[in-house]
Amino acid sequence: MTLNMVVNRKPVSVEIEPYARLLDVLRTQLKLTGAKEGCGIGECGACTVILDGETVDSCITLAASCEGKSIETIEGISDGDQLHPVQQAFVEHNAMQCGFCIPGLVLSGKNILDKYPEADRERIVEAISGNLCRCTGYKQVVDAIEDAKDKIDE
Amino acid sequence: MPLMGKKNFRYLNKRITRLDAVDKVTGRAVYAADVEFPGMIYGGCLRSPYAHANIVRMDTSKAKAIPGVRAVLTADDVAKPTSWADYPYLCSGTVRYVGETVAIVAADTLDLVQDALRAIEVDYEELEGVYTIEEAIKDDAIQIRAHGVGLKDGVPNKDVKGNIFYDSYFPIRKGDVGKGFAEADIIVEREYKTNFVEHSYIETESCVVMQDPVDGVVTAHASAQNPFFTRRYLADASGAPFNKCRVVQRMLGGSFGGKEELVGMIVGRSAMLCLATGKPVKMVMTREESFMESPKRHPFHFHYKAGLKKDGTIVAWEGSQIDNSGAYNNQTQFMNCRAAIHSAGAYDIPHVKTDTYGVYTNNIHGGAFRGYSSPQIIFAQEQFMNEIAKELGMDDVELRRKNILVQGDLTATGQELVEETITLEMIDHMVEATDYYKKKEAYAKTKNNKEKRKGIALVSCYRGCGYGAETPDAGAAMCTANEDGSILINSGLAENGQGLKTAYAQIAAEGIGCTPDRINFVGVDTHSIPDSGMTVASRGTVMGAQSMRKASLELGAMLKDTAGKMLGVDPEYVDIKDNEYFISCKEVNQERIVRGAASLEIIPVDENGHFLNEQGKQCSIHDTVSMADVCNTRLWTGKSLAAFNWSEPRDLGLDHHTGQGDAFPTYSYGVVVAEVEVDMETGFVDVLKVTSGHDVGTCVNPDTVEGQIYGGIAMGQGLGVTEEVPVHKGQLGSKNFDSYIFPTAMDVPEMEAIIFECEDKEGTYGAKSLGEPATEAVGAAIAAAIADAKGEPVREIPCNLERALLGRTLK
Repeated sequence: MTLNMVVNRKPVSVEIEPYARLLDVLRTQLKLTGAKEGCGIGECGACTVILDGETVDSCITLAASCEGKSIETIEGISDGDQLHPVQQAFVEHNAMQCGFCIPGLVLSGKNILDKYPEADRERIVEAISGNLCRCTGYKQVVDAIEDAKDKIDE
Repeated sequence: MPLMGKKNFRYLNKRITRLDAVDKVTGRAVYAADVEFPGMIYGGCLRSPYAHANIVRMDTSKAKAIPGVRAVLTADDVAKPTSWADYPYLCSGTVRYVGETVAIVAADTLDLVQDALRAIEVDYEELEGVYTIEEAIKDDAIQIRAHGVGLKDGVPNKDVKGNIFYDSYFPIRKGDVGKGFAEADIIVEREYKTNFVEHSYIETESCVVMQDPVDGVVTAHASAQNPFFTRRYLADASGAPFNKCRVVQRMLGGSFGGKEELVGMIVGRSAMLCLATGKPVKMVMTREESFMESPKRHPFHFHYKAGLKKDGTIVAWEGSQIDNSGAYNNQTQFMNCRAAIHSAGAYDIPHVKTDTYGVYTNNIHGGAFRGYSSPQIIFAQEQFMNEIAKELGMDDVELRRKNILVQGDLTATGQELVEETITLEMIDHMVEATDYYKKKEAYAKTKNNKEKRKGIALVSCYRGCGYGAETPDAGAAMCTANEDGSILINSGLAENGQGLKTAYAQIAAEGIGCTPDRINFVGVDTHSIPDSGMTVASRGTVMGAQSMRKASLELGAMLKDTAGKMLGVDPEYVDIKDNEYFISCKEVNQERIVRGAASLEIIPVDENGHFLNEQGKQCSIHDTVSMADVCNTRLWTGKSLAAFNWSEPRDLGLDHHTGQGDAFPTYSYGVVVAEVEVDMETGFVDVLKVTSGHDVGTCVNPDTVEGQIYGGIAMGQGLGVTEEVPVHKGQLGSKNFDSYIFPTAMDVPEMEAIIFECEDKEGTYGAKSLGEPATEAVGAAIAAAIADAKGEPVREIPCNLERALLGRTLK
């Protein structure tokens, strides 16, 4: 079947199997490998993408259900070499180690600030609680997202 | 107080941005599962559902007949079904744990791989198994490995058959423990237990193996923690010589000791499939497969007995430390060396007798996991110290202060601690920084609460830095300057997420004098540098970087020599700042420069700073020359632009029969304070705050050091409170993150990292180990804080709801 969606502000049409997972369509067919597979059951959040303004686990999202929808992936949030303020804050706060969970954490951080530009620490922590990270202990990650709050242009 | 920040470095002690930061936040970083090649196909493994069974029939014909299935291999189809490291690539005859691989397939798509695995028919005859440490050491236990030995007079003995892995047996015999106990006023004896724990790196084990059709080189792009170790599997399975086996480490999505044997196994299996099909083969473990075949933190049973004087002085320490090694093992025989060396805690004890050994069972194997036995051991020892303090009616921090190792003391192996040892200062600082006694008093008032009770505890620990007596701690590094003044560094040690590339860039910058942003470190490719051992044992900075320090100093001297010639002065009067060489001359105001230290020759300088050098050329003290010009000059005058160094450690000399001698070049020390609240109605443990203090010798990068400490706290919280892979007769009760629970952002406590530094001549620029110390005492501190809150000891971790509430698990 043909799937039509908007990925990182560009319309795309891809031939997919009806049972295909959004994660596989993104990684294998669209070559957007920033979304990672960590568990395959929607627990770890490494496959997080933003679907019509909400973060979803793309490993448990049926690709066919994304017809006509808009998807933002980690590849789509920076402007050329200009990092998104959340990405820049992650760099400055050393908010990463192995980096495997980081695309998902950055997207969860970006999305909560898009929705609540004044999000407090508690709300940020809740927003990233679906993104498991085994390396950082989350402290520098939360510090980074809090710091990015003031640097996002309206 | 020896807190960080009193050392004088150009680029160490500085918050330098990670080299890989931008790649990681943009999603550009390429991990092994992201690698693709034209014509690539997919591999998969068929696994045993039984813990102990004979394979009585296997039929692969239906799988082979499926169109698009390119290869189906069993042990009969390959030259070497068992790896060099005990684990079978492909099992034949008897399977010994759930998840053991009996067949592998390669097919054009992942769906076809699944179809092929389902089409393989295997009949098993189930056998009785051995699962627990208690079962394994029973006299009448069935023997699951032919080379297992039994106990004689309470210690492993090769004359008796059994399930003990003899090579993993390490005794410690210091002083005369009988004499020590005879001198004691009081003797305390306790037992403790730990369970299977999963690494839970978010990236599962992944690789792509391909063969170059022209030169025959077999290359694995792999999520390898230790690329040279992985190469051993690649050569083993492919039959190719090492110079035709190449492992390229891709960005590694976490490892913590876990991506050693299973990554080796899938690289080996993929190589077999690649050679059988002539195509690049990708193999990516599902999370469930990763749980089934990746190594676990060894479960331990501890038995400790201590003899003390009334004043709290420990005079004798006896113990056994037995670990569950699983069905196959190539780790316990190294890990238990460390476990034995640290078997009497961070304490000065004259008489010590301990025995440490592993047993074979029909379980998934134990392996390396951040700490390499220390989180389990420190948990047991530190609970034991608190139980001793209770028996003596003594404050447990005072008990530690009384016995803690200080400079000049002898460790359990009889090694004199010659380097600066700041343990007492650390304990005192941590007590003060956490307001320990005030909180202890406040929390004591919650002890009769029916609902929520608070507790606080302080634990101390120490750790031998690097490989120590396990194996020689040697390694290679190379620094290459390019004509544009940029620098490439290379090392046999690997970036595993810990920040090694950044630390090495800082160390190289310190040696060369250039800014760290001039330096690039691509990563380990086994075709580009000699085998430098494994990136394990928290050795990367302390010992592994010695070769980087030396190579960079050598390259720095080479560049300075040319800069001196270009500036017209001896190189000793040349310095570098912001990648520009200049004449370093304190006498500028007196309008002269001094050259030739021995002769103190003075050369006059005119009012414009001009002088004539030895060749009569007019130079100026204001001249500078860029690194790029220096490098370019060296290139076109035929001078070397590279320095290679192989660094060997000093001899140690531990006698493995007595466990006596120097075990490590030096030691790092940690003090951790944990505060918890225990819900006495549900058993829920809320970890409120963890303050983690570490003597790192020299802090290379405070950002990455703090990152290690925060991450170590979260991992220690999991070990102490929630993390256990429940195993029942070899079957894993958790195979994914829905039931295996480690901390989320909402679970982690308030964290505070306290970094201590001291003078230590052994490590690179005085640095000591941190990666493992950062987590090794956290579980112990949390368990001790739970015990403080409840008023009852914790003798088994994780202290989950049931153990916190009932002191045991519900079966």
